[in-house]
Amino acid sequence: MKEKIQLQTPSQTIGPYFAYGLTPEQYNYDFPSLVDGNMVKNVHGNEVITITGIVYDGHGNPIDDAMLELWQNDGEHKRFGRYGTGTDKNNAFTFTTIKPKPIDGNAPFINVILFMRGQLLHSYTRIYFSDEVALNATDETLRSIPEERRETVVAKKEGESYVFNIHMQGDKETVFFKL
Amino acid sequence: MSSILNTGFDPEVQPPYLDTAYKSTILRAPSKPLIMPKKSLSDTTGPLFKDFNLGSLDHDLTKNAIKIAEPLGERIVVHGKVTNEKGQPIPHTLIEIWQANSAGRYVHKVDQHAAPIDPNFLGTGRCITDAEGNYKFYTIKPGAYPWGNHPNAWRPAHIHLSLFGNQISSRLITQMYFPNDPLFKYDPIFNAVPPKGRDLLVSTFDLNLTEPSFALGYRFNIVLRGHNATPFENQ
Repeated sequence: MKEKIQLQTPSQTIGPYFAYGLTPEQYNYDFPSLVDGNMVKNVHGNEVITITGIVYDGHGNPIDDAMLELWQNDGEHKRFGRYGTGTDKNNAFTFTTIKPKPIDGNAPFINVILFMRGQLLHSYTRIYFSDEVALNATDETLRSIPEERRETVVAKKEGESYVFNIHMQGDKETVFFKL
Repeated sequence: MSSILNTGFDPEVQPPYLDTAYKSTILRAPSKPLIMPKKSLSDTTGPLFKDFNLGSLDHDLTKNAIKIAEPLGERIVVHGKVTNEKGQPIPHTLIEIWQANSAGRYVHKVDQHAAPIDPNFLGTGRCITDAEGNYKFYTIKPGAYPWGNHPNAWRPAHIHLSLFGNQISSRLITQMYFPNDPLFKYDPIFNAVPPKGRDLLVSTFDLNLTEPSFALGYRFNIVLRGHNATPFENQ
């Protein structure tokens, strides 16, 4: 029997005014946040990593009203974080988390969902890690990306943090995924 | 773990990334083809809803920011059901809500519209669907407001809703509109949705949901992407 399929509710933009609803404490609104950029509230020690970056528009200007969500699950640790780009003086985002473990020989990564004014649909990308050279070289998803674009989804380890800039368009356009 | 059957964004009802009538998309829409990733356990990761502590008034925007008196405007109650594309309910999923006040003004610091801020209304809240996927929240009907997209541009009154569902692909941020708004035909954000999808964004007035002498009732059902038969185990 053919089941009746319901039509998806259409997506609409997050708009410019999400901050007091979705990231209120980060933006100093008088409402408690459910979640923020600190994904490791109960974790201490040297396994904690920092991921920071800037989201750039098609003219190379930093976007100051984007919101990112990080979702990760390696079977052992499920983590979720959220951060808006409107509070840092450089419009950077910062997350602290732990690096996921590889699953089934694939390179470890973190899912990113990106929202902003000017996006009617959110975008999906992934954060891979520059210090996972061997696993990155054999990872099926990374290998399906044209080689010259592959590094757009690899966060670069710089000192103690990973840097992951996102370019919406242009020569350095980040790879976005169809999910 | 349940088997995951992803469905893509349905182009018959979903807006595109680039829609030149909505000018902010021009420098923000991805321009290169999207790439299909290998499925991963991580795609089934949802936030841990049990870790979220909702306040007792989070679902009532008419009360959750009162300083001295009730907020001004038309009190409404919004009911709806959240399902997947097979019509199966999505229980215990978070809905986050934000909106302008009855004068069409957001409390957001970026909003410069010269309409009054209501000191008793913040315009944000949240609720969680019950075991059958039903939700309900109280608020004040938002006003229309001007924006800079084109000369004399006004957004139709709307409430922003953010939902998770059970997997990364079911994530949805949308806007709920009100019936018969005369601004629909001028709004590029509403009209970026193909004609077949537009009615899905418009709530319906329902006298049966209307609470006598208290609040007008509206219904807004939500369908999240996905077909997975069993609810996600968020443990």
